[in-house]
Amino acid sequence: MRKHVVIIFNLILALTLYACAAKQKDILRAEESQVKLRSIQSRVFDITDPNRLLRAIIATLQDLGFVIDDADETLGTVSGTKRSGHALRMTVSIRPKGDNQMIVRSNAQYNLQTVEDPEPYQQFFAALSKSLFLEAQQIER
Amino acid sequence: MSRKFVAICAILSFLGFSLVACQHRIPKDAFILSPESLKDRQLQTRIFETNDEKKLLTASAALLQDLGYTIEESEVSCGVIVSSRDRNVTEVGGVVCFICLGAPYEQKQKIFASLVTRPIDDKRIAVRITFQHMVWNNQRMLVKNEQINDPEIYQKFFSKLSTSVFLIAHEI
Repeated sequence: MRKHVVIIFNLILALTLYACAAKQKDILRAEESQVKLRSIQSRVFDITDPNRLLRAIIATLQDLGFVIDDADETLGTVSGTKRSGHALRMTVSIRPKGDNQMIVRSNAQYNLQTVEDPEPYQQFFAALSKSLFLEAQQIER
Repeated sequence: MSRKFVAICAILSFLGFSLVACQHRIPKDAFILSPESLKDRQLQTRIFETNDEKKLLTASAALLQDLGYTIEESEVSCGVIVSSRDRNVTEVGGVVCFICLGAPYEQKQKIFASLVTRPIDDKRIAVRITFQHMVWNNQRMLVKNEQINDPEIYQKFFSKLSTSVFLIAHEI
């Protein structure tokens, strides 16, 4: 009996210590492989005007029910939150690709979890394409 | 003895699996343009006959301040103003009732308002405002976390914005 109690106690202690270590590791941890995630979260658009692209991203987020939290044209980022019983946070960034294209990357976080399912991102880019009247192209690796 | 040990392990595993199962997934329609999105856009947007976006943003910031909002972020080049307001939502009559019944009551709310301007053509600019709020009860539990869809709030806001634009235009 005593032996079993000791085993369970040790198990709980080990789990607790692991949890503490995991919290620290979490700071730089990506759930999915970085390349896979980047490909899911990024699309290329045939557009050269960063301001027009950022304004379209803002309008799309508003159409999807987000409240804008932050926008920065210099950095090319927009963040927003959708509150409908849950908290869905999204950061979208843009950067030029060559002379005629721009890469749009989005990160979504649902409550406390990073969204890694490709479908929500596909839906977001579909909505953004509609707003821009442009096709979203898969990023080349 | 070993049965007890197996039982404890089984309970612990069950608890572990339950906790994993509790982690909700993102709703399927979170990024789909809903049929209501057009209605919401109409409710949240007004078009102003001006080409001076900066002046429109100045008037909007002045109005948000008049309404007790704190400006948290702004990016004029993208036409964005982000603001919020903390308020007590306790109503005395209601609270007395809830205290008598021993039930929790809504106590505090934080309202988020983001205002975005977007030029339509050379003469017109669209202004869109979105309100969302979070409400906590007296036990500090989050009881509401949603978009505000009351048309009256948006109508009143735009009516005040028209006045504010006029005041700014005339430098009052």
